[in-house]
Amino acid sequence: MQLRPGIPRKTICFYSKSFLILTLFLASFVSLTSQPGYAIPAFARKYGLPCSACHIGWPILNNFGLQFKDNGYQLGNDKDSPIYQNNAYFPITFRVTPQWHLENTNKVLIDQTGTEQGVTTHGFDLSGLDIWTAGTLSKNISFQVLPSMGEGDTFHFESAWVRFDNLLHSPWLNVKVGKFELDNLLSEKRFLTLSGVGGAWFNYHFLPPGDSSGFGGIGDNQLGVELAGHNQNSYTRYSIALLSSVDGNPGLTTSLVGAPGGTLSPNPNTARTYDVMVNVNQGFAVKGLGVQRIGAFGYFGQNPTYYLTSDGTPVKGQGNRSFSRVGAFGWWFIKDLDVETFYMHGQDNVYLGNNVAVNDPNGLPPGAVGPTWNGGFVEAHYTVNPQFIFTGRYELVHMSRQANPDLAATPSLGNVDSFTIGYRWYPIMLSRAGLAIHNEYSQSKMGNLAPSGTDLTNRSLMVGFDFDY
Amino acid sequence: MSLVSKRYLVSLVLSMAVALPSWAQEAHAGDLTGHAASGKKLYRRYCVGCHGPLGDGNGDNAQWIDPRPRDFVGATFKCRSTPTGTLPTDQDLYNAITRGFTNSNMPHWDALPAQNRIDLVAYIKSFSPRWQSEKAGDTIKIPAEPAVTEQSIAHGGELFQKMECWKCHGQQGRGDGPSAPTLTDSKDQPIRPYNFADATDDSRFKCGSTNEDLYRIFMTGLDGTPMPSFADVIQPNDAWDLVHYLRTLQPHRHSRETELSKKSGAKPATPQKPPGNGY
Repeated sequence: MQLRPGIPRKTICFYSKSFLILTLFLASFVSLTSQPGYAIPAFARKYGLPCSACHIGWPILNNFGLQFKDNGYQLGNDKDSPIYQNNAYFPITFRVTPQWHLENTNKVLIDQTGTEQGVTTHGFDLSGLDIWTAGTLSKNISFQVLPSMGEGDTFHFESAWVRFDNLLHSPWLNVKVGKFELDNLLSEKRFLTLSGVGGAWFNYHFLPPGDSSGFGGIGDNQLGVELAGHNQNSYTRYSIALLSSVDGNPGLTTSLVGAPGGTLSPNPNTARTYDVMVNVNQGFAVKGLGVQRIGAFGYFGQNPTYYLTSDGTPVKGQGNRSFSRVGAFGWWFIKDLDVETFYMHGQDNVYLGNNVAVNDPNGLPPGAVGPTWNGGFVEAHYTVNPQFIFTGRYELVHMSRQANPDLAATPSLGNVDSFTIGYRWYPIMLSRAGLAIHNEYSQSKMGNLAPSGTDLTNRSLMVGFDFDY
Repeated sequence: MSLVSKRYLVSLVLSMAVALPSWAQEAHAGDLTGHAASGKKLYRRYCVGCHGPLGDGNGDNAQWIDPRPRDFVGATFKCRSTPTGTLPTDQDLYNAITRGFTNSNMPHWDALPAQNRIDLVAYIKSFSPRWQSEKAGDTIKIPAEPAVTEQSIAHGGELFQKMECWKCHGQQGRGDGPSAPTLTDSKDQPIRPYNFADATDDSRFKCGSTNEDLYRIFMTGLDGTPMPSFADVIQPNDAWDLVHYLRTLQPHRHSRETELSKKSGAKPATPQKPPGNGY
């Protein structure tokens, strides 16, 4: 064997042995985890199906799970109504994630020294608690209620809706009313990453620096009504939603919101206009590979640029200006490997982008324009078996046009480049409970957002126990 | 050859001899060819919770499921296009997976790609030695359906009485005949006869939803249940007449049969819900 010059044979042997040991360890680890997989606390109790029936790796839905969801949490076997369930059955799931995590930011302005320095914190922690209940109220009437809270927070309703399914005996007509996740086929609520940096898709929440839009992104649950439909196997799907432009915040109050003693900002509930979200997607089976899916979406909304006030309190949003998010996505399967691809173009009106009220004639700086940006991600999952899954993601959001010449002097201001890798091992996937050991590393770089105007880098390392029952 | 090599070779041959019958199992439906090796992974993902790792219907969730999951080891299947007592065709099993079973926990798996479904069929067949020693039965012939007439419905009604279908299904097809409370399946589990009266336009039978499916159920029976095959005691035209009559027991389902039945002044059955179960 021809050795590379400069590397002693002994070293090669050591590397070979190490590689062999590592391979054997991984092989035995994977084989030990290769047990039959079951789970889903709420629905498994109802139907007795293994959780792997609906999830590629909990909580990502597979084709069957998507069909079940589209059909209003019904299998369509005439046993969906609560009347067929044991009286002791209650459709509720608790989910929480005790964890150890490390967060690092490379440039933080420290008050005591007046200089930037890196800050690393780590320790044991808790995620928020989700109390998730969903199911059917009757045949073809489904519901979901999800009170959620973070450590020390009060409860809020992450979602609460009722859905009228299969209207006119057609799967093409379903109407949902309440607060719900937008019909994103690539669902941020059901993805595999949980860490401080990797726990959200940047594209789903991005706003340019200085932008005043109150829209939290297509990843936020919204209040409204949704008309959705699908064919029998849910390969062809559509949805159109009319949404209050309040970023999912319920209530018709007109007060300021914010932390006591902190900065108060106008309650987005005063921004009473309406947004529209449209989503279409199509799946097609490729022999030997799986069901491939492609789709497109558009979110078109408005936000106020100033507020009418009474005694200094905002009472109504005024001067609405538009914003939009449009994009396309694909979900590609090569047997046990699936790859999600996503592209989005965003733009905000010039007044929103420059945080200027429409009624301020001299507010816009010379040369101001509406900011635009492009973003996307590629995320892959490799399912070793229903109880073990690897994930990796690269994501970016790059500004294509800054809101004014001052910002344009630093064209990469606000740009995001991020990656995440991790795995989830589900040692417990019983039909009544699930436990995932979750390990993840994530890193992001934000263009010119450090206090000194240089790039800001955040890193998260997380080891947690994600469980529900 | 060294002793170690011989042992290795013998072990390898023995392993292959044991493994091959199941791993080499194939299934065919239309242009599709399923392979048990591929089906095994799918089975573990989708089916094992109910049907169990051994395919004997004793999965972890089976104890809470009514009716109990199918036991593939016994290879007794309700929905077949083949005579009673014979094995179903691969297409029959493929159709069952695709369609699911109404009033049971078995959903329709049409969201899975067709290749996945036929791979599952191949793997399901590996659980029972019957598939090694027997072939599937011949598919029964189903003659073209004659026109629905008042006469055919009336004759079907006479057959319903003569063949004592009412003993299980009840005079009005509600599944409440005098024998109904005593019925059990081949695993001694209580089982209810099909309730025709509750059917609506989107209702299905256990093995399909069309008149042809109903005809097939008479002629093949539902193996493993008290529903026998009538292939030896009923002529094809008579069976079609019985189909036409049974449709009149579904007053809330739109059909030619119910139209004619109403026109002739027959009193429709009154639905009773729940339960609306049955084989």
